[in-house]
Amino acid sequence: MRPIRLREILADGAWRQNTGLVVLLGLCPLLAVTNTVINGLALGLATMLTLMVSNLSVSVLRGLLKPEIRIPAFVLIIASVVTVVELLMHAFFYDLFRVLGIFIPLIVTNCAIIGRAEAFASRNAPLPSLVDGFATGLGFCLTLILLGALRELSGRGTLLSGADMLLGDWGRNMAMTIIPEYPGFLLAMLPAGAFFGLALLIAARNAWEHRQAERQAKAGVTMIPNANET
Amino acid sequence: MTALMHPVIRSGILLAVIALFGTALLAAVNDLTRERIIEQERQRTLSQLHQIIPTGNFNNDLLADTIEINAPEFFKHRDAITVYRARMDDRPVAALLTVTAPDGYNGDIRLLAGIAFDGTVLGVRIISHRETPGLGDPIELERSDWILGFTGKSLDNPDPPGWAVKKDGGKFDQFTGATISPRAVVRAVQNTLLYFAANRHSIFDESAKPGNAE
Repeated sequence: MRPIRLREILADGAWRQNTGLVVLLGLCPLLAVTNTVINGLALGLATMLTLMVSNLSVSVLRGLLKPEIRIPAFVLIIASVVTVVELLMHAFFYDLFRVLGIFIPLIVTNCAIIGRAEAFASRNAPLPSLVDGFATGLGFCLTLILLGALRELSGRGTLLSGADMLLGDWGRNMAMTIIPEYPGFLLAMLPAGAFFGLALLIAARNAWEHRQAERQAKAGVTMIPNANET
Repeated sequence: MTALMHPVIRSGILLAVIALFGTALLAAVNDLTRERIIEQERQRTLSQLHQIIPTGNFNNDLLADTIEINAPEFFKHRDAITVYRARMDDRPVAALLTVTAPDGYNGDIRLLAGIAFDGTVLGVRIISHRETPGLGDPIELERSDWILGFTGKSLDNPDPPGWAVKKDGGKFDQFTGATISPRAVVRAVQNTLLYFAANRHSIFDESAKPGNAE
C-alpha cells in the first residue's frame, strides 16, 4: 500500500472528488438550503463536522468492524453524530436551527458521509481519515457557499444576509446589499434556480478542468489518466 | 463458550456496544443542552410576546397564565391554539393567541396575534412560515413593516369588506408578485378577532392550564 499524502487527500476531497460538483452526492440538502450564503455555510459546517467525527470514529473502530456488520455500524455512528450536532445547534445557534430546520437531521441521509466511511475511513488510519473528512466537508461547504452566493445575489441582490444568526450581533454589519432596489429574481430563489445554479457551477468547473488539460497537453506533459477509483 | 465466540454473536455484541455508546453519548449531550434549549424557546416566545404587549401593561406571569383552545369553526383548522392572557391586578388586559393560517402559499403560517380586551389589535407577529423567500416573506417584521399595519385595527376598522388585501377590494396591501401570503395572514387575523369578540369573557374566566393541556 502506498503511503497517502495528506495534501493529496485534501486536493481530492476539496476539488478532484468534490462531493457536490463531481461525485454529485448529497444533492438534496445542497439544493434545498442554498438560497443564501449563510444557510449554505451553516449546513456546510455542520456537514463538515459530522464527516470529521464519523470518519475518525469509523477509522478508530476499523479493526473491529467485520465486513458483514460495517454498514449498520456506520449508520449507528453517523446517526449518533448527527443527532449530537443537531442538539448542539438547537442549543447554541437557535435562529439558524430554525431556518435550516429539517435539513440538520437529514445530514444523516447525505450519502457522502457513509460513502467516505466506507471508501476511506474503514481502510485508513485515524489521521488521514480525519483529514479526508475535513477535505470532503470543505469541498461540500465551499460548493454550498458558492451556490448560496450565486442564488442570493441573483435572487435578492444581497450577500451574507442573516449573518447575525451564525455569528451573533457583530454579524449584523456583514449583511451587504450589493444591488440596491433590486426587484428580485424569483427563479433563483425557487428550487429550480438551485438546479440551474448547480448546473452552471458544474459546467464552469468542467470548462476549467478542460482548459487545464488542454494547456498541459500543449506543453507536452504526459497526462496521467484521472483514476476513477469510486 | 464456543457459542459465544460464534461470529454472528460476536458481531451482535459489537453492534450492541456501539449502539450503547451512541445512546450514552446522546443522553449526555441531551442532558447538557436540554435546559439551554428550553430556555431558548422560552426566550423567543417571551420576546415576541413583549413586542406585542409592553411589560408595564400587565403584571401577571404571561407564560404561566395560558389556556389551550380549539375552535375549528373560526379558524378552519384543528390545531390547538395557545392563548396567553395578560392581566393587570387580575383585570383582563389582552389576550395573545398563537393562530395558524392554513392557507399560505407553502403550507401553514403560524402567527401570534395580540388583542386588547376592547377588541383592538395590539400587534401581530409571524412565528413560523415557509413562504417563498423574497416574495411572500415580507410578512416577517425582519423583512418589511407590513405586519405592523394590523396594529390598532379592529373588527369594524376597517369595515368587514375592508378585511382583505387590496386586490380583493380590501384595505391591506399585498406584495408585488405575492397575494396569497398576505391574504392568508389577513384572514387569520380577522378570524382571531371574530373568535375573540364571541369569546372574550370566557377566555379570561377559564382557569389556567400551565404547560401541556390534553
